Amino acid sequence: MNLTASLSLIAPELVLSASSLILLLMAAWMGDRHTQTISWLAALALAAATILAVPALSGGASGLSSEAFGGQFRADAYAAFAKILIYIAAIASILVAPAFFERLRAMRAEYPVLIVLATIGMSIMVSANDLMTLYIGLELNSLASYVLAAFLRNETRSAEAGLKYFVLGALASGILLFGMSLLYGFTGTTNFAGIESALGGGAQTGALFGLIFVLAGLAFKISAVPFHMWTPDVYEGAPTPVTLFFASAPKVAAVTLTARVALEAFGGQVEAWRQIVVFAALASIVVGALGAIGQTNLKRLLAYSSINNVGFLLIGLAAASLAGVAAMLAYLVVYVAMTLGSFVALLLLQDRTGEPLETLGDIAGLSSRSPGVAWSLLVLMFSLAGIPPLMGFWAKFVVFRAAVEADLLLLAVIGIAASVIGAFYYIKVVKVMFFDEPADREVAAAGGVNWAILIAAVLFISPLGYLLTGWLGTLANTAASALFIAA
Amino acid sequence: MNANILLIVFLPLLAAIIAGLGNRALGNVAAKVVTTGALFVSCALSWPIFLQALGGGMEPTVVPVLHWVTSGDMRFDWALRVDTLTAVMLVVITSVSALVHLYSWGYMDEDPDQPRFFAYLSLFTFAMLMLVTADNLVQMFFGWEGVGLASYLLIGFWFRKPSANAAAIKAFVVNRVGDLGFMLGIFGTFLVFGTVSIPEILAAAPGMAGSTIGFLGYRVDTMDVLCILLFIGAMGKSAQLGLHTWLPDAMEGPTPVSALIHAATMVTAGVFMVCRLSPMFETAPVALAFVTFIGAATCLFAATIGTTQWDIKRVIAYSTCSQLGYMFFAAGVGAYGAAMFHLFTHAFFKALLFLGAGSVIHAMHHEQDMRFYGALRKHIPLTFAAMLMGTLAITGVGIYWLHAGFAGFHSKDAILEAAFGRGNEMGQFAFWMGAFAALLTSFYSWRLMFLTFWGKPRWAGSEHIQHAAHADHTAHAGHADGDNPPAQENAGSDVHHSAPHPAAHEGTAGYHPHESPLSMLIPLGVLSLGAIFAGWLFSHAFLDSAAFWNGSIFYNEGLIHAMHGVPLWVKLTATVVMLLGLFGAWLAYIRNPSLPGQFVDQFRLVHRFVFNKWYFDELYDFLFVRPACWLGRMFWKLGDEGIIDRFGPNGVAALVAQGSGAARRFQSGYLYSYALVMLLGLLAALTWVMM
Repeated sequence: MNLTASLSLIAPELVLSASSLILLLMAAWMGDRHTQTISWLAALALAAATILAVPALSGGASGLSSEAFGGQFRADAYAAFAKILIYIAAIASILVAPAFFERLRAMRAEYPVLIVLATIGMSIMVSANDLMTLYIGLELNSLASYVLAAFLRNETRSAEAGLKYFVLGALASGILLFGMSLLYGFTGTTNFAGIESALGGGAQTGALFGLIFVLAGLAFKISAVPFHMWTPDVYEGAPTPVTLFFASAPKVAAVTLTARVALEAFGGQVEAWRQIVVFAALASIVVGALGAIGQTNLKRLLAYSSINNVGFLLIGLAAASLAGVAAMLAYLVVYVAMTLGSFVALLLLQDRTGEPLETLGDIAGLSSRSPGVAWSLLVLMFSLAGIPPLMGFWAKFVVFRAAVEADLLLLAVIGIAASVIGAFYYIKVVKVMFFDEPADREVAAAGGVNWAILIAAVLFISPLGYLLTGWLGTLANTAASALFIAA
Repeated sequence: MNANILLIVFLPLLAAIIAGLGNRALGNVAAKVVTTGALFVSCALSWPIFLQALGGGMEPTVVPVLHWVTSGDMRFDWALRVDTLTAVMLVVITSVSALVHLYSWGYMDEDPDQPRFFAYLSLFTFAMLMLVTADNLVQMFFGWEGVGLASYLLIGFWFRKPSANAAAIKAFVVNRVGDLGFMLGIFGTFLVFGTVSIPEILAAAPGMAGSTIGFLGYRVDTMDVLCILLFIGAMGKSAQLGLHTWLPDAMEGPTPVSALIHAATMVTAGVFMVCRLSPMFETAPVALAFVTFIGAATCLFAATIGTTQWDIKRVIAYSTCSQLGYMFFAAGVGAYGAAMFHLFTHAFFKALLFLGAGSVIHAMHHEQDMRFYGALRKHIPLTFAAMLMGTLAITGVGIYWLHAGFAGFHSKDAILEAAFGRGNEMGQFAFWMGAFAALLTSFYSWRLMFLTFWGKPRWAGSEHIQHAAHADHTAHAGHADGDNPPAQENAGSDVHHSAPHPAAHEGTAGYHPHESPLSMLIPLGVLSLGAIFAGWLFSHAFLDSAAFWNGSIFYNEGLIHAMHGVPLWVKLTATVVMLLGLFGAWLAYIRNPSLPGQFVDQFRLVHRFVFNKWYFDELYDFLFVRPACWLGRMFWKLGDEGIIDRFGPNGVAALVAQGSGAARRFQSGYLYSYALVMLLGLLAALTWVMM
């Protein structure tokens, strides 16, 4: 494995890294006046990275030929699938930001740079084939994220969000590192494949402890119960474009990373971690649903909704099968579309003074004041609730099917039953928009690129999206099989 | 004929759909024209078929309509079967139905829901025609349930009246009991014969005579148990003893409905079914004895009650019940021809009596209590004439030596002779019960006539009449809507009032009864002709002609001979008891009106027992209704609300609400509590792995 081959495998990361450095310098020299230019350039860099990631999607490079830097880094179809999703979410996060921040006169050139940096971190996470790579990617992403959460540093809520995220993230990071050190101590290696072969069929208690600590550290990142406590506070406090970013891209990165660790490094210990994943899945579904019911702030509601969705994603992981991982990836695609759509719809809602409408009371009777947004939200909410003609149903369906095929019947049954609770608050949002007396506040929907993203997301999750399911299913299968060929 | 029979059956359905769906948009007149026109066409097409059968040697034809069910061994189609038996029913149903449709033009004139009413009537007619043209038991059951539905809808037609709703539900529920028997009978028949096709079953029935089958843990005779189960269905539909309680209450429906459904057609469906399956019943001696016994018992039982009721429609209702008993015991002794003949003649004179009663009620401003009638003979002479014909027919007036008499004379006498001629104990029992019932029939029929048409006016006591006399007539256009339910026998439940009312209520209260419109009088006239001539014209064909029936019912040649060979006193019995009854009624209601009061005082307990309908309703209320309500309430309060709702929907909802509250409380906003939850989760996972 020579250096040139390795470099070609990390082409997307290389492009992003180089861009981030250049953009950072540009930001420093040109100042905030040129934020618009820098944003577009950042988006362009992400688009280029997306294109560079596409070839790996078809599974051309697999096994040893997809490993770079002596097995530290993997650029297989699985990673490519996740990367593309992450890049798209990152582009959206950059594009929706200016309109939001400019109102507060808080738009700074650092914003797109931070997003790109966080994205590089995620890119490395999903390609990690070694505990060290994993940690570097995770920390790069986390550090950028802490700053992003506190981006409106003059606002207490935003600052509080950043601080909470940072402190708890540090704790999780410590847990993760402790687990990694245990694993290294008991197996003598940090490479995933090496760990698996060292553990063999059984594992000593120390290695199992290591496994649990590592999974706990990762669970924080995907905000699975009981490591979810930061999520509502941070999502609510962070500026909405940042929340949109948090709810989409890092989820993809952390979930795919967790699946890779669980199946590649601990592929022989499925029985040891499956029960824990099952518990986390069910607890996430239930707590997410219960928590959302009492919320009046829409961002907080969507935070719980994301916790709830993570539970469904973990069902795919709990199946620990090719079908399960493929279902999980498919779910991720739909989830990202629904999340982007929902938050963009929120961003579109503001009153005459540009103050964002964030509570349930604000959107009462929205159907008469801003029918476009109301109908889009209706589709999004029904899709999140998993109501059949929409893609949200298909996503849940494939996940549950994988669980049933893996003989996790009880998990599937409880999951389906709990999703009924979830339907309550999604439908409540629709009810408030369509049947309640209109609130006093005027709605002046912001325009431009937000509308484009919203329409794209709504079209994707509408029944039209089913045209793509065959193609998506094949891609997800190819990606998932990359995980199992190596293992 | 194929096209004709299709038209006969489906025209009423078409009319019902048009009138029912068109409803208000169609308007009263259009709905009435469509339904009545369809029925008259059906009727006109039916008579040629009947006349053809009368000519003798009518071959059964089957007109296939649609494939229905093919499921494994079971396959049957929608098909219309026409033979003599069907032809008889066709003319009865279409004639009476057409006349009742016409009559309703006048009777329902003030009702705001006329299209609905006529649609129901036509729907009923269609279902009844389906029933009688059925080629297999399932199709018969379809018609059976269809008439039940139409009956329910029509009894409860004035749905704003609680008593009408209650009566409709009662009719439906009581019929369900019978239908359960019918269904079990059909299932059992399919089990035994492997088919539901009626001709195939009848052909195979003699071969199964004497075989046994396991039923409720016992070995019993196959044919007996099947026939008794089927007969239980007939008991429900034909209001026989035990399952009769719904029929008097069904009088809550409009009077034309009572005439069509609860006198002439639907209630005779049971008799028709027994006759249709007569070859099957002939192989089941125990079942036949059962049929005879129930028929004879009902015949007498209902007649006793009929002598005490005050409501004019209820008297006729019990009379119907009693006459149906005649038909059943005729079938039970094997005289199916006589049973069908009585069904045929009864349809005419009973429809006539009901429509006549309706005309009286119409004239008396919806008063139904005979205690407030009297002396109507001169005020509504045409109605009186029609009622007189009906009464002469039902009491069986005729002269034996001339072989001439009113309709009932021919049919009822034939039944009594057949019962006697049967020569077994059950036949004897039926004969004596029937003879005594004939006496009572004569008594209560003439009592009705005397109370209504003779004597002095006693109208002043009626609230309805007072309303009509004191207020402008037109101001009460809504009374047919049921806002003003007619006084029921409640007023008479006090035994002390059982005599005709004291002088205080005598007088006309200034009211002038009015004769009914032409649309009501024409049907009365036509039916009067039937009541007069139907017996005389058709008695030979129905009773003595094997060629007429041509195998459509079981024809017992020996019994016919025995019938004609009975002693003269038997043949004269019916006439004698009829005269006795007439004399009794004359004595009690014309000659000495205080006599009934004295009689009641003398035999207080007996009267109270009979007047309260042998306490059947009270018994059923105690035995079935209250336990069912108790059980239902238990399931509702304890089972549904207490367990299912409490732990199901409500419980889960409460749990979710609590969980939501807990989730919010946990989300304290403090970093240390968040960190604690994380560490506890980690600890729990570690503990799990250690185990």
